[in-house]
Amino acid sequence: MDSKKYLEDLSEIKDLMQKSSRCISLSGLSGILAGVYALIGAAVAYILVTNSGSPYLILDGYIFRLVLLDLFLVAFLSIATAIFLSTRKARKNGEKIWDTSSRRLVINFLIPLVAGGLYILIILDQQKYGQTGALMLIFYGLALVNASKYSLGDIRYLGYTEILLGLIAALFPGYGFWLWVIGFGIMHIVYGAFMYFKYDRI
Amino acid sequence: MGIINNINKAFDHRVRLGIMSVLMVNEYADFKMLKELLDITDGNLASHAKALEQAGYIVVEKRFIGKKPNTRYKVTSPGRKAFKEHLSALEHLINRSE
Repeated sequence: MDSKKYLEDLSEIKDLMQKSSRCISLSGLSGILAGVYALIGAAVAYILVTNSGSPYLILDGYIFRLVLLDLFLVAFLSIATAIFLSTRKARKNGEKIWDTSSRRLVINFLIPLVAGGLYILIILDQQKYGQTGALMLIFYGLALVNASKYSLGDIRYLGYTEILLGLIAALFPGYGFWLWVIGFGIMHIVYGAFMYFKYDRI
Repeated sequence: MGIINNINKAFDHRVRLGIMSVLMVNEYADFKMLKELLDITDGNLASHAKALEQAGYIVVEKRFIGKKPNTRYKVTSPGRKAFKEHLSALEHLINRSE
């Protein structure tokens, strides 16, 4: 009985099923760095607001625009780092970065995220500010849960965590900033480190 | 002997196993995607896909995206059933010889 050949067949089948349906090149290190950027960004925003002389963030003001720029920089750096490190990981494993599975990952990640982003912009324009942090966490969590079907399954749990933190932030709007720091800063570092040790460090 | 009978001759090749594996977990796969995943030549892929099509395990859809012809493959429900049986037969054989 040539069971060794059958065993090879089975492992190749498993490998192809995995490779063709999921983009597994996502780098854990990029999660850690995204968390670090978020913490730095939050610290900058905190200093800007506390030094502005007013305990509240005045919308349409100079400080508000700086905070928005800060937020945008955090998002931009996180995405750029994720693309750079994941491309490097894919190349190291001899895989293509832009294939059917990564395309599906990006599209399914972006649908809840873009919908949420537009929604936040719309309600900000209607002067409803209190729930912004909560909504960012919730929609980001939904985007992660939706994308987890096309990538490493572990990011689903990060998604659940973000949604939970977002709901707590919605209940206690006063703690929105700190829940944002936990969700985007600390949780990224925790999950990124977990994924780094589980998948990358071989 | 029932188990041996489930080892399906139609799947008894690396490329055919590969095509079926990809199609089991994807709604469809086009020619280029299969070719890249399996790392084989056009002719090789075409002939094995043809064999699976003739067995009724996959269907081939030829269409045009703009002016470019595009061939995509889907697994049929008999194909899905046959491949599952083939997989459990493989597992049985391995477990028995251990």
